[in-house]
Amino acid sequence: MSTDPTANFSGDIAGDILTTALDWKNAGKGVALATVVTTWGSAPRPVGSQLAVDDEGKFIGSVSGGCIEGAVVTEALDAIADGKPRLLDFGVSDAQAWEVGLACGGKIQVYVERLDS
Amino acid sequence: MKREILEQLQADRADKRPVVLATFLKTGEQRLLYLVGKKGLKDLDPRIGEAARAALIEDKPRTLDTEQGPLFLNVFNPPLRLILVGAVHIAQALVPMAQLAGYEVIVIDPRSAFGSVERFPGITLSNDWPDEAMAQLRPDLRTALVTLTHDPKIDDPALIAGLKSDVFYIGALGSKKTHASRLERLTAEGFGPDDFARIHGPVGLSIGAKSPAEISISILAQMTAALRQPAATPASSSAAA
Repeated sequence: MSTDPTANFSGDIAGDILTTALDWKNAGKGVALATVVTTWGSAPRPVGSQLAVDDEGKFIGSVSGGCIEGAVVTEALDAIADGKPRLLDFGVSDAQAWEVGLACGGKIQVYVERLDS
Repeated sequence: MKREILEQLQADRADKRPVVLATFLKTGEQRLLYLVGKKGLKDLDPRIGEAARAALIEDKPRTLDTEQGPLFLNVFNPPLRLILVGAVHIAQALVPMAQLAGYEVIVIDPRSAFGSVERFPGITLSNDWPDEAMAQLRPDLRTALVTLTHDPKIDDPALIAGLKSDVFYIGALGSKKTHASRLERLTAEGFGPDDFARIHGPVGLSIGAKSPAEISISILAQMTAALRQPAATPASSSAAA
């Protein structure tokens, strides 16, 4: 796994994931954040990588480089609805992850939380 | 996540303040932890403060097992910066290399013939004296400082400001003889051996570098080692020449 030294910051924070999440919230939308908290093996995105989702399923950022974003967005919509944080496990040994296609062969754990008022 | 926590996190990032977002993964409880002071740490296990500090310094998020279950520590460090003092020939090679390595580069040279936009297009350029420029830039633990002018009038105020800050790397161009007289001047300014241990002088790893580009490689390699392997990179690993 290559660690991306710019995973969490950039010189210009406008337009980044957290800025977008806050903009969505301030515009009155429901918003959830997903964060990679653990990786094993050849996970495509480093720990700390984030994805923001709005209540229409629009998202910015990435937690896997495309493998599991669909499933994470679905869980994020549920979190926006019920307000409960979730810890999701994805990996090749996991039937659900196989279905959603974590073909990269790694395992990752993603924390999903609603942005509250 | 509470909106006010995200708003504070964004304010910290805008101010280039290193911060850890700590999340108890079972309950969702969160708080922001800082390097300086005990803010956010009261009523928490002291191990959490230590782990947060290590996460910031190593620039690496982690999960800590606590009595309240797993605690995820996400790291929000300011961008890497390189402050170059002296818009000289070596700087012209070092600027693009450092940019490729992910640094925001700032060049300070009060001599406007050197520090001109024509010679350094597209980067932050200051013609202020280094002490004034450094005060404005507020160098932090994600900042490297390299002085290149050989001129004590220009280099010394920058080194003094660097030593008073948390910069992770200080490099000073000049021969061993130049460096020895530099340390004498800094002694007169009240600095001592602990401060001198932070200055890589002569600057750069000892790889026999000759050309400006090669010298830039040796400087950038030494900066990288100081950033990624701080314990293994004392100033004594500097170039012999």
